[in-house]
Amino acid sequence: MAQLEVRGISKSFRGLRAVTDASFEVPQGTINALIGPNGAGKTTIFNMIAGVYPADAGAIHFEGKAIHGLRADQVCVAGIGRTFQIVKPFAGLSVLDNVVVGGLLRERSAAAARRISLDILEKLHLGPKRDLPASSLTLPDRKRLEVARALATRPKLLLLDEVMAGLRPTECDQMIEVFRGLNRSEGLTILLIEHVMRAVMALAQHIGVLHHGEVIARGTPAQIVHDPAVLECYLGEETEV
Amino acid sequence: MKRATLGLAILAAILVLLPAFVRGYALSVATLILYFAYTGQAWNVMMGFAGQLSLGHSLYVGVGAYAAGALFFHYGIGPWAGLWVAILLCVLLGLLIGFLAFRFGISGVYFALLTIAFAEFTRIGFDHLDWTGASGGMFLRVTQRDTWDLANFRGPPLMYYYAMLFLTAGAFALCSFLLKSKAGYYWLAIRENEEAAQALGINTFRWKMLAVAISSAMTAIAGVFFAFYYNNLFPEQIFHISRSIEIILGPIIGGVGTLFGPILGAAVLTLLSDGITELLAALGWEMPGIKQVFYGVVLLVVIVFLPNGIWPGLARKLRL
Repeated sequence: MAQLEVRGISKSFRGLRAVTDASFEVPQGTINALIGPNGAGKTTIFNMIAGVYPADAGAIHFEGKAIHGLRADQVCVAGIGRTFQIVKPFAGLSVLDNVVVGGLLRERSAAAARRISLDILEKLHLGPKRDLPASSLTLPDRKRLEVARALATRPKLLLLDEVMAGLRPTECDQMIEVFRGLNRSEGLTILLIEHVMRAVMALAQHIGVLHHGEVIARGTPAQIVHDPAVLECYLGEETEV
Repeated sequence: MKRATLGLAILAAILVLLPAFVRGYALSVATLILYFAYTGQAWNVMMGFAGQLSLGHSLYVGVGAYAAGALFFHYGIGPWAGLWVAILLCVLLGLLIGFLAFRFGISGVYFALLTIAFAEFTRIGFDHLDWTGASGGMFLRVTQRDTWDLANFRGPPLMYYYAMLFLTAGAFALCSFLLKSKAGYYWLAIRENEEAAQALGINTFRWKMLAVAISSAMTAIAGVFFAFYYNNLFPEQIFHISRSIEIILGPIIGGVGTLFGPILGAAVLTLLSDGITELLAALGWEMPGIKQVFYGVVLLVVIVFLPNGIWPGLARKLRL
C-alpha cells in the first residue's frame, strides 16, 4: 500500500474543470514529482491533498486513512507538510519564530521547538538570518523559509510547490542535496511540483505529468522524457536532460 | 533583557510609591491611566496578538459592570462573587460573537462591524431593561469611603488606585507569559497569515476563540471595577462606541501587539488630554469637544509619523 493514494479526484471552479479524475500514488520513502504546463491543475491537486478545499469527487488516503474532507490543520497533524507556491511568510515575525510556529505542532515547549527550529534553519542555510524579520528576506530565502517551516512540523510526507523557482543553479543544487538528505536519513517522502527540470530529474524516482487537469503520463524520469505525449505538451522536442 | 527588567522594576516602584506624592485629582488621573492601560492590554490580546479587530469592547465593560452591579444592587451580592458572573457572561458573549464570525468566515472589517453591532444592540437592550434601571441608570449605594473594605470593594480612592495597579500588573504578566507560550506564537501566526498558520497544523478557529475568551474575561474585570468605582451606570455611556474607541486608542498610539504599548499609550493620551482640559480651564476658555479634536490630532500624528505606535521606536532608542 502506498503512503499516499489519490483516487479519481476532480475539481471544478465555477464550471472550469481544473482537475479531472486524477489518480496516482506515492510510495513511502520515495521522491515523486508532478509536472505539467501552467494551469494543468498541479497546485489544485496539492490544495486538495492539503485540505485547503475538498475534492468534488474521488478519494485521498494517507497511510490507509481517508484524509479527503479533513481541514488543512488536520491534514498537517496527520503528517503532511506543505509549502506554498506563492510564499506566505509570517512577515512580522523573525525567521526563527516563523519556524518555531511549525515546531510547536509536535513539541510541547517553545524552548524545544526553538531547538529543532535552529537545526532546521542550519540545514537550509538560513542560520545567519534567523533573527531578521521574515519580511526582509529575498524570494529564494522565503522559499527556503517555507520549507523550513513545513519541516518543523515533522511531516512524514512533504508537499513542495515550486520551491526551486527563482533559485540560482548552485542554490538549486544545494536544495536538491537538502531534500536528498532528508529522504535518505529520515525516510521523508516527498511530492514536488516543479518546473525546474534540473531538480525534477535529479530528485524524482517517479514522475506524473498533468495536462488540462488530467494525468497523461506516469513513470520514471527516463520513461517520461521519451513519452511522446509529454514531449508534445510540456517538455518539447528539443529537451535534453 | 537586563535593561528591560531594570526599567520594569523602576516603573513598578514609581507606581507603587506614587500615592505618597499625589492625591485627589492627580490620583484619579493615575487610576484612569491604569484603567485604560488594563483594558487596552485586554483588547490587545485579541487585536494585537491574534489580529481580530474588536470595535465593541465596551460590550464587555458594560456587561461586566452591570452584572456585578445588579447583583450587588438587588441582592447585596458582593463584587468578588459578582466578578465570576461578570466574567462568565462576557466570555459567553465573546464566544458567541467569535463563533458566529469564525465559523461563517466573517473576518477583518466585517468582524469589527459584528462587534460593534453586539455592543450597540446590547446598549439598546439595557436602555429598556427595567431591572437595571433602563436608560435612567443604576446607582450603587456608597456606604463609606474612609476605610478599606476589600470584601465589598468599598474604600478611599487610594484603594481603587492600588486595585487598578494590581490588575494592570497582572494583565502585563499574563500577556508576557502568553506571548512566550504556544498560544502567543500561534496567535501571531494567525495574525500574520491565517492560511499559512492552518497549514502548520494550527486549528485557527480554536485559537481565535481562546483569544476572544481571554480578552473578554479580562475586560469583564475592568467592568466590575468600573461599576464599583463610579457607582453609577448608564447604558448610553458605558456601552457607547466612543468607550470602545477610548479603549483601543491607547494600544494604537502606544503600539499594537506590544506589551508596553497599551500602558504607554494610555499614559500619553490620558495625561495629554486631561492636561489640555486643565490648561484650557485655567485659561478660562470654554471649549467643549476640545478633547475629541485633540484625540483626532494625536491619532493623525501617530499614524503619519509612527505607524507602529510610539513604543517600538522608543524601545529601540532605549535599547530594550
